[in-house]
Amino acid sequence: MTKVTLTVNGRAMSGECEDRTLLVHFIREKLGLTGTHVGCDTTQCGACVIHMDGHSVKSCSILAVQASGSTITTIEGLAGQGELHPVQAAFKEHHGLQCGFCTPGMVMTAVDMINREGGSLTEEKVRAGLEGNICRCTGYHNIVKAILAADAEMASGRQAAE
Amino acid sequence: MGVEGIGARVTRKEDKRFLTGKGRYTDDMTVPGMKSAYFIRSPHAHARIKSIDASAAKSMPGVIDVLDGKQLQADGIGNLICGWMIHSKDGSPMKMGAWRPLAAETVRYVGDAVAIVVADSIGEARDAAEAVIIDYEPLPAVTEATAALEAGAPQIHPEASNNLIFDWQLGDPDATDRAIASAAHVTEIEIVNNRLSPNPMEPRATLGIYDSAEDHYTCYTTSQNPHVARLVMSAFYNVAPENKLRVIAPDVGGGFGSKIYIYPEEIVCLWASKKTGVPVKWTSDRTEAFLTDAHGRDHVSKVKMAFDADNRITALKVDTIANLGAYMSLFSSAVPTYLYATLLSGQYAIPAIHANVRTVYTNTVPVDAYRGAGRPEATYLLERTIETAARELGVSPAELRRKNFIRSFPYQTPVIMNYDTGDYEASLDAAMQAADWKGFAARKAQSEASGKKRGIGMSCYIEACGIAPSQAVGSLGAGVGLWESAEVRVNAVGTIEVLTGSHSHGQGHETTFAQLVAGRLGVPIDSINIVHGDTDKVQMGMGTYGSRSGAVGMSAIVKALDKVEAKAKKIAAHLMEADEQDVVIENGELKIAGTDKALPWFQVALAAYTAHNLPAGMEPGLKETAFYDPANFTFPAGCYIAEVEIDPETGETDIIQFVAADDFGNIINPLIVEGQVHGGLAQGIGQALLEAVHYDSNGQLLTASFMDYAMPRADDLPSFKLSHQNTPCPNNPLGIKGCGEAGAIGSPPALINAITDAIGNNGLTMPATPMKVWQAMHAAH
Repeated sequence: MTKVTLTVNGRAMSGECEDRTLLVHFIREKLGLTGTHVGCDTTQCGACVIHMDGHSVKSCSILAVQASGSTITTIEGLAGQGELHPVQAAFKEHHGLQCGFCTPGMVMTAVDMINREGGSLTEEKVRAGLEGNICRCTGYHNIVKAILAADAEMASGRQAAE
Repeated sequence: MGVEGIGARVTRKEDKRFLTGKGRYTDDMTVPGMKSAYFIRSPHAHARIKSIDASAAKSMPGVIDVLDGKQLQADGIGNLICGWMIHSKDGSPMKMGAWRPLAAETVRYVGDAVAIVVADSIGEARDAAEAVIIDYEPLPAVTEATAALEAGAPQIHPEASNNLIFDWQLGDPDATDRAIASAAHVTEIEIVNNRLSPNPMEPRATLGIYDSAEDHYTCYTTSQNPHVARLVMSAFYNVAPENKLRVIAPDVGGGFGSKIYIYPEEIVCLWASKKTGVPVKWTSDRTEAFLTDAHGRDHVSKVKMAFDADNRITALKVDTIANLGAYMSLFSSAVPTYLYATLLSGQYAIPAIHANVRTVYTNTVPVDAYRGAGRPEATYLLERTIETAARELGVSPAELRRKNFIRSFPYQTPVIMNYDTGDYEASLDAAMQAADWKGFAARKAQSEASGKKRGIGMSCYIEACGIAPSQAVGSLGAGVGLWESAEVRVNAVGTIEVLTGSHSHGQGHETTFAQLVAGRLGVPIDSINIVHGDTDKVQMGMGTYGSRSGAVGMSAIVKALDKVEAKAKKIAAHLMEADEQDVVIENGELKIAGTDKALPWFQVALAAYTAHNLPAGMEPGLKETAFYDPANFTFPAGCYIAEVEIDPETGETDIIQFVAADDFGNIINPLIVEGQVHGGLAQGIGQALLEAVHYDSNGQLLTASFMDYAMPRADDLPSFKLSHQNTPCPNNPLGIKGCGEAGAIGSPPALINAITDAIGNNGLTMPATPMKVWQAMHAAH
């Protein structure tokens, strides 16, 4: 067993785990943050996407011990208690989710996409950027719509701030 | 229509928890003392189990116990059943072989469960599973249905000689043969409907909890119909009497049919919890899901469609072989029969139809209902056939369809169904206009100028939703009734709980069902909670599948609301000293028509519970229950058009546009209905272009991960163009028809018709991968 210490959603957290424990299982089982999901075992589906040191990462693709010392944001920490991040709000507004299982990973991927390419996203870029996230319910139509709407909303927010 | 009532694009009440990571799925559940389960599964497609030695495994770190099929049998746990009896045309009942929750003597597919390891952690359970020594004697295996029927094929169940489960027919064989013999033209085609894996994003999971003090079981499970799960586990599997078994399906991450069935894992985890004295949780990994979740489709059919000299269809003859896998899953027998052959008239007036269906055991995962269930198979067959006929006859595919449309309703088909309403031409016209059908020739010329091949194809589908009434389905062999229940519980302060036997696993019931109540009473949608998915809360229900929750589930709520309103009106009339006939419910008030007298809704609710001043003889309280059994199926229909461009160098298909024109009757929430269509289209397009389950000749599953099985991804799909036509359903109080499966039913033939149009070779099978398209294109020249 190895001790893993992380900053998760702004709070220092630690736990013991076997060396073989994947970060996603550490987050779900040791930290009790079950919003991050496991939808496959070959790093294909993206239901487990979190942000590690500011970048989107499939938390099934690294060991918890490798992540020790890093700063993690999960879906639970994206916005303040009771609030929605603009991407979360856009998913609700445009019906970008159905069963909700892929949703946390989709939202975390979308936020990272906007962080990287905000203001210049197109339908084609969004679809390409979602290549690593599988949704079986929505046909992606409304997810793409929601991400483009959130991007526009956040870009206008940035302009207003400037 | 109010802001939050029927017809409004209300954003979903349930979204916030899913968007903030607060959804609660079965794998998120933990209880004190809970342990992890790992299932040991057969690595062979067909083998005899000679011995199981778990002695070394049992002494490994963290291991609580290893349990096998002999122990399960000794404890009297029953075999899995198929709940729909089909008789062959010779009158004999279907030949159902035994399906043990843990195989004891014989394994019949790769993934067949053999033993369960319970340990402190899943890692320890997996490690211990490696140490369980199982001595198998491999037997020859067969995976293709046609091969399984051949003389000398491996025998899978002793009950079913030649692996034939039943040989069933529907329609009039003589009239059909006569019409074909005297036809001006007969189109003949062989149709293959590819085997698919449903792949909801949440893998199946179950948590079995046995309480020895109460001799009571609790089962958390990923189910579309928890009440049916309790019924079946209690009545047939001998797990526990119903009053000692609580089944909870919390948030469920998609189903598409695959979570209707009661699988071995639920039963075994409950039993193992009693054996070990600890709560036992199992969560499928994705490979396990490919190996054990019921697959869909897998038909091979020979078709003849006959026309008179005026191009009117005179007969349809279909001979289908359906692969049901290694065991008969819960509703597997109904899918290639009453959910398939009854839809073979499509949108067309066909005087004579005959369908013969043989179902077959193979050494593959059991096959059952997957989104559409039988109706996609019927639609694909019919719409590929009529398209082929149009090409052979040299007429426009749109006009051949138009000429043969059913135009007067109700319409009795030769294959049981009685269509209530429809306007097929309206959907055809709407789709052709949205797709700019007339401008296609110019677009094709443009594509050709740039070295690309462009094609256009359509599909006019019909489906049957809300399977009913119970008496009719019972006479066709169903082991259950197909009604739905609802309870409307008005609290003393006027807020409302609606308990429903439907189960949402993505469909948005918490919003749509609340809209119905908000619209009727004029109360805020946030004052209404929808309760579902727990057998301790909701009395009995039949669950969600076959696009039944709106047409059947909501109709039950309407009936319960009728009773609640009637009682509330009586109370209001009494309090306001008026005639109850004059009371109307509007904007959250009970008003006396033509006066300014009114009482707010909450005040009437409170009066019902204080019971200080009720009409003489009235019981206190405001809570009503209803069961609704529909008079008929509903018949959604529509027209889909796909336009594709193909790169002749690579065979790659680019979907230029996809148009859907659907008649779902009245729509409660267009936002949610559109989402259902989008998702269905993606699954249908996945079937047409990407998805296929492949086995090797030994019965090993080659497509057992998302790296091998091509799921549609965002960049495989276009944005969709939707429109709705509306002929309200006359058989339910809301006039709704159901929308959950249409997209998956109508889209595959539209795409294949478009691709074959582009490449000029009709002999293409799904999925139309770039390699197959390229080969077909080159074979055509």
